[in-house]
Amino acid sequence: MMDKPAEQLRPGSAAAPGSASALGAALPFLALLLVGISFPLFGGGYWGLIATRACVYWVLVSGLNLVVGFAGQIAIGWVALLTLGAYTTSVLTAGTVTPPLPPYLALLIAAVVGAIFGLIIGLPALRLRTFYFAITTLGFATIVTQVALAWQSVTGGGVGVPGPILPEPFSSQWGFYYFCFGLAAICTWMTANVAASRFGRALTAIRDAEVAAEASGISKPALLTAVFLFSGAVAAVAGGLFAALQSYITPDAFTLDLSILFFIAILIGGHGSILGPLLGTILLTVLPEFAAPLVAWSTFLYAVLLLVIVLVIPGGIAEILDFRNRRPLESGRAIVPRPDLLPRLFGAPSDPGVLRLEQVALSFGGVHAIDGLDLEIHPAQVHGLIGPNGSGKTTTLNVISGYYAQQSGAVRLNDIALPVLACQRRAHMRIARTFQTPRLVGAASVLENVMIGGTVDGEGTFVESLLSLPRHRRDEVMLRDTAMLALAVVGLERLAPVRADRLQHSELRFTEIARALMLRPAFLLLDEPAAGLSAEEIVRLGALLKAIARGGTGVLLVEHHADLIFDICHHITVLNLGRMLAAGTPAEIRSHREVVSAYLGG
Amino acid sequence: MIESIVSYGLAVGCIYALIGITYNVMFSASRVFSFTSGTLGMLGGVLGSLFIARMGMPVAAGFLLALAAGALFGIVTEIVAVRPVLKNLEQHLYVLSTLALALMIQQLTAIEWSTEPQPFPRLLNVARGGFDQQFWLPMLACIVVVVGLELLYRHTLVGRAFLAIAEDNYAARALGLPERRLRMASYALAGVIGALAGFAGGEMLLAFFANAPMLTFYGFVPVALGGMGNNRGAVIAGLLLGLFEQVANFLVGGIFASVAVFTVFIIVLLARPEGLAGAAVQRRV
Repeated sequence: MMDKPAEQLRPGSAAAPGSASALGAALPFLALLLVGISFPLFGGGYWGLIATRACVYWVLVSGLNLVVGFAGQIAIGWVALLTLGAYTTSVLTAGTVTPPLPPYLALLIAAVVGAIFGLIIGLPALRLRTFYFAITTLGFATIVTQVALAWQSVTGGGVGVPGPILPEPFSSQWGFYYFCFGLAAICTWMTANVAASRFGRALTAIRDAEVAAEASGISKPALLTAVFLFSGAVAAVAGGLFAALQSYITPDAFTLDLSILFFIAILIGGHGSILGPLLGTILLTVLPEFAAPLVAWSTFLYAVLLLVIVLVIPGGIAEILDFRNRRPLESGRAIVPRPDLLPRLFGAPSDPGVLRLEQVALSFGGVHAIDGLDLEIHPAQVHGLIGPNGSGKTTTLNVISGYYAQQSGAVRLNDIALPVLACQRRAHMRIARTFQTPRLVGAASVLENVMIGGTVDGEGTFVESLLSLPRHRRDEVMLRDTAMLALAVVGLERLAPVRADRLQHSELRFTEIARALMLRPAFLLLDEPAAGLSAEEIVRLGALLKAIARGGTGVLLVEHHADLIFDICHHITVLNLGRMLAAGTPAEIRSHREVVSAYLGG
Repeated sequence: MIESIVSYGLAVGCIYALIGITYNVMFSASRVFSFTSGTLGMLGGVLGSLFIARMGMPVAAGFLLALAAGALFGIVTEIVAVRPVLKNLEQHLYVLSTLALALMIQQLTAIEWSTEPQPFPRLLNVARGGFDQQFWLPMLACIVVVVGLELLYRHTLVGRAFLAIAEDNYAARALGLPERRLRMASYALAGVIGALAGFAGGEMLLAFFANAPMLTFYGFVPVALGGMGNNRGAVIAGLLLGLFEQVANFLVGGIFASVAVFTVFIIVLLARPEGLAGAAVQRRV
């Protein structure tokens, strides 16, 4: 293991099993594609209608899946956008207000309108807590139907409007089916591209580890804006298709039951999956057809299904289908870091300057968490920050990372004051950190978790990822290679494909370090990285941290293990009650009388 | 005209406030907002109509049975939809489990009762007119609940135990309070309050399954604006909401009134996510 040539860690060997599993992952989609294309051969007329409906629903659900399944936002009322798209398309093609427009143009306009409203409905998610956001989307859903009912001059009120009719060759039943199926396939492809991109990973990070996402430089507003625009656009297009399928629409067609169907399809499918929600959508569309007497009960059954899913299999279909992660992991795994690979990861060292805290103070209520602290962290040095519990160590890290705003004083990097708060900006300044309790996306693989750390280094835009353009593919190759290298450095490359929630505690800690290394950090802030590690692991961690500092990174280490601190630190600051009790070299601190009596004991 | 706007607005506002209090009582006990709050209100109306108008029970018996059914549904909510997901509160699974339960009850009502609004019986045998019972009954119910809760929380041991649980769950358990039983009691209490709201407002809102989502939304507005867990805030915000809705109803017409309510709700919430009365919470990493 240790003698393995470093070259083998480059893409060649890493990508080989990757491409095989990629093929395996694509297989169900290819099968569905085949069934979809050949469907008219064995499906009768009525089943054609059902299949078309499933395609239309999936166009909407695919976009909503990014909002609900990936970003974890509980958007219940997405039927509002279906309604909006249906009416926009129908009204424009019927020519009740404007001269009649061709259906394709009307669909395009509906997509734009849908994108705008998707943003309007979605953006409260940035400010509101979960339940509040759920309620507002529910409110939107009822409002839109009521407006459709009331705005008679445009929507025809309760009488309704005729839906659009697509021109040849899509006017026949099977022609229209292929049109919807094509769009559904494109939506699957696009959302799968996003899911496998840094944006998809960032969405799951926002969902499961928001604080870590911020530390990795992920901007929640920017990301959610893109996702809501996309999701709104496809939902409105689905609305246009829905209207064409119904051939005549009234507000009655857009019940909340439909919204619930979309939402539940995703939950049945499982979080962070494309295939699961796709199967969920097909299942929910087809299910009532097999139980004709139960049609009246369909929403009731959906609700029962939702309850069962939430209580019994929160992972949904995706978890059931995830065979790979049910294989037992080898026991007695050892983490063997390879600090010798660090130069390859870091490249040529650059001089970031000095990170300096000047008279920083912050109190919570009457408690002075830090009280006029001065601190200097130099590149290529390990700076230890020790002190009893509640002495302000983690608070210091949180001020540097921008989670807390200091009430006075400044944090300067190279004599430029860091913006207060703005935690997402820290990653751009190459300030990385780990957390006291590891914050990882449990449902994502170790590799994906580490790749999240390099999000700011991607160059492609969201649209480029949607369409899998060259810059997106370059980003992905770069992030994957770097992440494999970072995993090799911390000694976890063999666990790369494993779901992160299956790891042991010490492995989670090293995964967090690998994620932080993705930034090639100028400064690395570590919050008790040795907590919960075995003695042997602590020794290896020490060697790794020393090597990271040798690579030019300034390391700020908050730790309780005195041995580790005295072994690897160049400089130590001792805090007590938010103030500096002592500072100096390990030798000086070890003999400092107050420190020994207050903290070290003996 | 103004008189009817005010009496109707205040009466509806009282119902919203009561549903808001229903949310709050459940929230205090478990840190969970439940989608079943509006469902309880709907059940109060439907069951009242079922027991009294359809089955011919005396008003008092129908009233007590409706409240008992509310309490029972509250307990069922706690057992089925809340307790199993309390362990991982940060995953917000309660949003989904309570939504599922609320939908089940709502659909069941639509199928077994009626999809059309059904009349709710006159509760007191007095002539219609002026300041009618359909207006003052919800107000009376609201006053009784607010005063009753105030007395319960301030002057009884059980009430203080409720407050202790709401304030600090762990500390309360460490002190040996029977947290689970108190939580179930809270949910039963919330069930009674929700059913009472629907029962008292039955004549205005009718016995209609679609009242469930309507009350779930309109009842949450007072909670969001008044600050979560704050009953006084909920009452004030509920009354304001009822009045605002009726004025908007008068000025721009029924359907756009709900648009107006919704717009104001969103704008206020975006400006002050913690509610008009609440205080911002400092984040902790």
